[in-house]
Amino acid sequence: MSNEKKLAMQVSALCNGTVIDHIPADKLFAVVNLLNIPEMKHNVTIGNNLDSKKLGKKGLIKIADRFFTDDEINKISIVAPNVVLNTIRDYKVVEKREVKMPNEIHNLIKCNNLNCITNNEPMPTHFVVSNRDAHTLKCRYCEKEVNINDVKLL
Amino acid sequence: MKSKSFVSINDLSREKILSLLEVAEKFEANPNRDVLAGKIVGSLFFEPSTRTRLSFETAANRLGASVIGFSDAATSSATKGETLKDTIMMVSSYADVIAMRHKLEGAARYASEVSPVPIINAGDGANQHPSQTMLDLYSIKKTQGTLEGLNIHLVGDLKYGRTVHSLLHAMRHFNPTFHFIAPSELRMPEEYRLFCKENNIPFTETTEFNEEVIANADIIYMTRVQRERFSDIMEYEKVKNCYRLTNEMLANTKDNLRILHPLPRVNEIAQDVDDNPKAYYFQQAQNGLYVREAIICDVLGIEI
Repeated sequence: MSNEKKLAMQVSALCNGTVIDHIPADKLFAVVNLLNIPEMKHNVTIGNNLDSKKLGKKGLIKIADRFFTDDEINKISIVAPNVVLNTIRDYKVVEKREVKMPNEIHNLIKCNNLNCITNNEPMPTHFVVSNRDAHTLKCRYCEKEVNINDVKLL
Repeated sequence: MKSKSFVSINDLSREKILSLLEVAEKFEANPNRDVLAGKIVGSLFFEPSTRTRLSFETAANRLGASVIGFSDAATSSATKGETLKDTIMMVSSYADVIAMRHKLEGAARYASEVSPVPIINAGDGANQHPSQTMLDLYSIKKTQGTLEGLNIHLVGDLKYGRTVHSLLHAMRHFNPTFHFIAPSELRMPEEYRLFCKENNIPFTETTEFNEEVIANADIIYMTRVQRERFSDIMEYEKVKNCYRLTNEMLANTKDNLRILHPLPRVNEIAQDVDDNPKAYYFQQAQNGLYVREAIICDVLGIEI
């Protein structure tokens, strides 16, 4: 029996809520923190290092009675670009969404340029996707480009 | 709170660049116009830059405005730990427009977001110095009669040289051919070479700076090779005199060739070039006054 099926048996099926699937195993906790899950009062199940054909090892998060807006969920793309989001209502998957990198990213990541004003003033950061295929972002302020793989979360 | 600011050359369309240059031409014909009588220009130089500050303040004065401000962060409240936002908010309650120079990159963009009055970027760290780029464009257009289809040779420090990067960006509208001439340690960064390719701008690249390389140049844009840019001082010693323009090298160049330099110059242009009619760097600096008058009027919505 595959790990996924085992997990499905070990964890009670979700009546209503969200399943975030296909999270690269090493990004699971980054996603957990990004969505502020430690602060949530909802019933949450987190699984990691599950076998995945696509990723080798993957992480998975089930959150009962919580639904996400596109804006909230697109944040995940910064750490894990190919995550799949399943919306569950009445035990059924009613929607499957792949997260998409937003065109603009507000106050989520730090600018790598130490001479950037955002690292020296109490102010939010703001990045614009400059090349979606090359995964590059541009800081709105210092105009430096950075690859999505090199960014740090705030 | 959004006002019309002048922050980055990358914000300007081809049409905008050309219309600013046209207004600058009018100011060259007559620099003294009292269109800003009763207005106050804030001149905030958080980092010293005498040349740029004098140019902006002269522009303000020739437009009939009064100037307030400081020429060094040491004499501003920034040394007491005041945030940039607070300084901008305070000054914007006095001034109608603010020209600012700051050592941090993105400072002008941020100021433009918080300020109720227009911000003019007079240089933000290694990022932008858009009024310099405008005066470079003005000088090119004035000496060549056009911005279209020119052979532009960029020489010296192409890695850190902010002016050459901005010029490259601005010229994308005008079908140039670039020639990058720099030591390998200071070659044009990948990002800008990629930019040329994406925008179908042809370019050549060489480490050799000699008569042959500049034979077809319409513009030679010289920059200073600075010792502190080199990780290996031996490398600097090797190349420091290789990117020096001498009068002799100009013998077989095109008649329309003009030599630009953002100044200050050290030894990258020999003194004997100064008297050659192809030397244009002093007039280039003077053109800064006209473009800055045009920029100040533009952000304030004053038509000339």
